[in-house]
Amino acid sequence: MSLVYPKESLSVYPKHLSPEYKSTVKRSPSKPLIIVPHTLSELTGPAFGHDAIQENDNDLTKQHKGEPLGERIIVHGRVLDEDKRPVPETLVEIWQANACGRYVHNVDQHPAPLDPNFTGAGRTLTDKDGYYKFITVKPGAYPWGNHRNAWRPNHIHFSVFGQAFVTRLVTQMYFPGDPLFPFDPIFNSVTDEKARARMISSFDLENTIPDWALCFRFDIVLRGREQTPTHTEKH
Amino acid sequence: MSEITPSQTVGPFFAYGLSPHNRCDWKPSDGYDWKETIGANLITPDATGTKIHIEGRVLDGDGKPINDAMIEIWQADAQGRYAHARGEKPRPNAKFTGFGRSATDKDGLFVFDTIKPGSVPGPGGKPQAPHIVVCIFSRGMLRQIYTRLYFSDEAANGADPILALVPADRRGTLIAHKQPGTGQAVYRFDIRVQGDNETVFFDI
Repeated sequence: MSLVYPKESLSVYPKHLSPEYKSTVKRSPSKPLIIVPHTLSELTGPAFGHDAIQENDNDLTKQHKGEPLGERIIVHGRVLDEDKRPVPETLVEIWQANACGRYVHNVDQHPAPLDPNFTGAGRTLTDKDGYYKFITVKPGAYPWGNHRNAWRPNHIHFSVFGQAFVTRLVTQMYFPGDPLFPFDPIFNSVTDEKARARMISSFDLENTIPDWALCFRFDIVLRGREQTPTHTEKH
Repeated sequence: MSEITPSQTVGPFFAYGLSPHNRCDWKPSDGYDWKETIGANLITPDATGTKIHIEGRVLDGDGKPINDAMIEIWQADAQGRYAHARGEKPRPNAKFTGFGRSATDKDGLFVFDTIKPGSVPGPGGKPQAPHIVVCIFSRGMLRQIYTRLYFSDEAANGADPILALVPADRRGTLIAHKQPGTGQAVYRFDIRVQGDNETVFFDI
């Protein structure tokens, strides 16, 4: 089996220059990108073993002496390719604000407390079915300087590798029904409504644990599909 | 219609998760013990080949340093082999992953210590000149941008099939320049995201 990575699939991505998100104005290429074929360099990518992760790396509520404040949640799902086949043993990294919307980063100095029992970094490897799971607390919304009264919707940052250098994905997972969606230029930089919906987790009652934690489901679809005869003919 | 998950910006706060012991100054306090899974030093004890140091700055459209970017690199070993498949890999270099990550510091500077890669096959089996593929993430970038790093002291650049697709007057932006000196080889590779002498980025 060999995978191909159709460039058309990237049409749902945000444009590099999305002026509503002001920082893109000086940080987006102004010249056309050069189209090149996928060579071995693009079609391969790093593999990570279990030595890349440690116990409790996927449980953000157990990384300190006490439990963090906030609403404990389970976030789980599968990493899939465009044919909906699992992407096994791939590294998934997350980072997020604490329940008050504060990041453990000296650039974030807005008046919300840090939580000594919460850092907000996690990672895991998907299993053979592409499945991953994190336990964490629901991140708070937080203000940012893009425009007057700008607030980011609650979100968890995701970094996923997949099987090739071209499958690399950094994205954000949102929560269903967030009232800040209409006002967030980062979320709305994805102009297709169905594509935006794929960044929103779904509430998962079935896997919510009674008396303990709500559960949210977030499947991630990376580039890559099985090569078809049509593709072979084209090349 | 594609059903892939769209990209979103890495944002300004990735360092404590993705590059905790790297160059980016993010810490509110000392004593942070989150293991760095992917670092900027790719050299393993078993790696053969020429050890090199790569450094450069990431600059925005005003020529100002981007102090919250993350650079990832992927390369073959000195024998031109990618460490792609899990499991056994021909020795030497069995531990060499070929993958690295560096955050930029307050001056927009990133650094890597690695092994100079060998030549790998390109389209139609023709060899590519030694190169490293580079991926850039940053606040203000809603999706990653891809470029390539070639080496100024490689005659093979003249026959490289990918460089040949780049307009001649822009190829220079993809060349890391070997710095004068007799010690370890140092290559300089600045990345200009926008504007005059903008780095060539690839649609892959």
